[in-house]
Amino acid sequence: MLGKLGWDAIPFDQPIPLIAGAVVMLALLGVLIWIAIRGWIPYLWNEWITSVDHKHIGIMYILLGLLMLLRGFIDAIMMRSQQALAFHAQGYLPPEHYDQVFSAHGTLMILFGAMPLIIGIMNFVVPLQLGARDVAFPTLNSVSFWLTATGALLVNLSLVIGEFSRVGWLPYPPLSELRYSPGVGVDYYLWAVQISGIGTLLTGINFVTTILKIRAPGMTYLRMPMFCWTSLASCLLIVAAFPVLTATLAMLTLDRYLGFHFFTNEAGGNAMMFVNLIWAWGHPEVYILVLPAFGIFSEVISTFSGKPLFGYRSMVAATLFICIVSFCVWLHHFFTMGAGGDVNAVFGIASSIIAVGTGVKMYNWLFTMYGGRIRFTTPMLWSLGFMTTFITGGLTGVLLAVPPADFLLHNSMFLIAHFHHVIIGAVIFGVFAAITYWWPKAFGFRLHEGWGKAAFWCALAGFYVTFVPLYVTGILGMTRRLQHYDVAEWRPWLLVSVVGVVILICGAICQVIQLVVSIAHRDELRDVTGDPWNGRTLEWATSSPPPVFNFAVLPPVQGAEVYWQVKQRAFEHQRLPKEPDYEPIEMPRNSPTGFVCAFFATLIGFALIWHIWWLMIVGLAGAYATFVVFAWRDVPEYMIPADEVARIDRENRASRQAVLSGAQWT
Amino acid sequence: MSSTAASIGSADPYRLGQRGPNLARGHGGGGPATKRVIVGYGFWLFLLSDIIIFACLFATYAVLAQATAGGPAAKQIFELDRVAWETACLLASSFFCGMATIAVAKRNQLLTQVTLLATGLTGLAFILLESSEFAALNAQGFGPSRSAFLTSFYTLVGCHGVHVTAGLLWLGTMMAQFFAKGFRPDIGRRFLCFSMFWHFLDVIWVAIFSLVYLVGTRL
Repeated sequence: MLGKLGWDAIPFDQPIPLIAGAVVMLALLGVLIWIAIRGWIPYLWNEWITSVDHKHIGIMYILLGLLMLLRGFIDAIMMRSQQALAFHAQGYLPPEHYDQVFSAHGTLMILFGAMPLIIGIMNFVVPLQLGARDVAFPTLNSVSFWLTATGALLVNLSLVIGEFSRVGWLPYPPLSELRYSPGVGVDYYLWAVQISGIGTLLTGINFVTTILKIRAPGMTYLRMPMFCWTSLASCLLIVAAFPVLTATLAMLTLDRYLGFHFFTNEAGGNAMMFVNLIWAWGHPEVYILVLPAFGIFSEVISTFSGKPLFGYRSMVAATLFICIVSFCVWLHHFFTMGAGGDVNAVFGIASSIIAVGTGVKMYNWLFTMYGGRIRFTTPMLWSLGFMTTFITGGLTGVLLAVPPADFLLHNSMFLIAHFHHVIIGAVIFGVFAAITYWWPKAFGFRLHEGWGKAAFWCALAGFYVTFVPLYVTGILGMTRRLQHYDVAEWRPWLLVSVVGVVILICGAICQVIQLVVSIAHRDELRDVTGDPWNGRTLEWATSSPPPVFNFAVLPPVQGAEVYWQVKQRAFEHQRLPKEPDYEPIEMPRNSPTGFVCAFFATLIGFALIWHIWWLMIVGLAGAYATFVVFAWRDVPEYMIPADEVARIDRENRASRQAVLSGAQWT
Repeated sequence: MSSTAASIGSADPYRLGQRGPNLARGHGGGGPATKRVIVGYGFWLFLLSDIIIFACLFATYAVLAQATAGGPAAKQIFELDRVAWETACLLASSFFCGMATIAVAKRNQLLTQVTLLATGLTGLAFILLESSEFAALNAQGFGPSRSAFLTSFYTLVGCHGVHVTAGLLWLGTMMAQFFAKGFRPDIGRRFLCFSMFWHFLDVIWVAIFSLVYLVGTRL
């Protein structure tokens, strides 16, 4: 009846996950009860859960990403403290638990932390920058989000029901095959990543279509803001790379469930094929994360330097160069496989060449700042922190790209330090820059600058204190994923690393305080202009928060940096552009399809993990029924009357007029 | 044809030779495309991603084709006669799907239903033939667990079969939608996607037929 599921799946003998799970569930229950008492459930259902508005979906993505980032960070704290304690000792995490912690940490941080954060920012910003009303397929967008949430739910469920994978964030066979990992841990990983991967693939398709097909009239390719270009490159990579992940995980699933022999030791299976396939996805995935971050820094640096982006066309070329070459470097993840000197040389050279694209971007950012009037706001500080951190992190990467050096450093703590260096330095710094930069657009008030700067400095200092010692331990020969060790030379460096973690915790606390303080003081931080930073791109042309339809009329685009030009003209003539003729606007209706799909996807995933076959059939039937019900709807859109559009837009124009007749932008 | 073209036909500002205010000039400044273009374009991207899944399976098959682990090799188990019938069924199915496209453009309910039914029946025949092939192999003890070669063979061909089966479910809902809702523009767009999907499965099958069966019986 319940497949492999029984009372022994609850880890009564392991207090840490049990207590953590109980606390999280109590907190969730408390929040739900609070929402119910305040009578907000209809609001939550109508405005958020069933929303197909790209702005709301983007915010939900970011919320999910931040929660998972926190969960992954807690895993990181456990690993660093375990290694600080486990010198000639067992520490407080037994090996089977420690293995789950590092597997969950990597999975959560990349797939359920960084990806939702980046996709959330794309969701919120891209349609606004393109002058579009929404994404190409709004309901599909909601489905994408909820499938991602399903994956995150399954990973976290493994904390209290069963166990998570112990084989690392990429389940290398033959260790991940049924014979060596008979538990449900790898299955949790497979189904969580598979379901959320489908969501990500749909997002990629959605955004490529959005960016290529529904830009405002006159916005030619070379008038698109840089963030749209990098998002396009990232989504092209998603469309090209995520199917590889889907296929690879499906093959491993077939091995585990039906006794196939793709990657087994027996019957002619080939385990190295898995490693090739997974990295053919895995390396582009790195650039899927980092390219949008490059776009964020381009917008932030240009805005806060008060100058157009230097070398726009070379930036576009560098982005597309990285997009293509990112598919030609995957083998550098396993130079030690023994593919031979020639193959290693080709991939080593390609891996060094890809840094050229990033170098072009670095110089463009530097020259954007050169001669500009720089404002050192929090987003700008994150960007500057990124530039310094990413250059040094990139250099250690170029070192690893040299096969002879890689033979010494492969799978060592040096590698761990390197990829944290670039991912934290680029993606996480970029995400926090983006959140501070676009927060006023989303909510109509700024974030508190003081706490934001405190969070930045703690993160920057904490990052270096944590990871520079790990480079040293790597050079001293420490391999990754050690549950305990007895080499005295490593100990001091691992202790310093824990100090860095403490500083990072301070940064995280500052970040939370920043949010709380800003929300409490939102009236003082209110931005009524819709353009708090003296911005240059179209999202600053609409009010904050934007109306559901984004733009009352689709903005006609006559050049690059269209909003900057309109603004300069308005200042010159001391009046706003002529009021447009308002027309009724057709918008997609909200739909619970995404939420219902995710509900059934959760059932299917859970049933497959625990071999509850009847539940799987129920889930599949439910998913098909949802598809039919959605196809059967008669009224997919609703109209917003012209009067309503005019009323909303006149408010926005009035606030702009006030700025025009008043002072300058700050 | 003109009224049909306006609603579910090909009112496409990006089409060559068309003149109008929305004419795209090749730099992407034409403003938002029509819904039909957006939906069709998005579905093309989906098909591309699906092609990449098949590319992975083809690559896997190429790597594992010789790994027979003492089991049968391709030459010993493939029956080209049955595969020829499968191919004939699938190509006929695609032909009927093309006829259905014409029937939908003509807004002829009877012809639409008949041609779609023919599409479905020939598709079903393909699935039954393929199942009989798999069943016969299994009966001889040559299941997917026998060797890495058979694993990759069953997965590649089976993945195509699963696609056809899902397509049959989709086909059923398309017929029901045309029957219950008529020739609405949004249903026309869905049918555009369905027909692209169905022809795409043909393309994949041609690759499977050539690279797996023809090459397999030669080597």
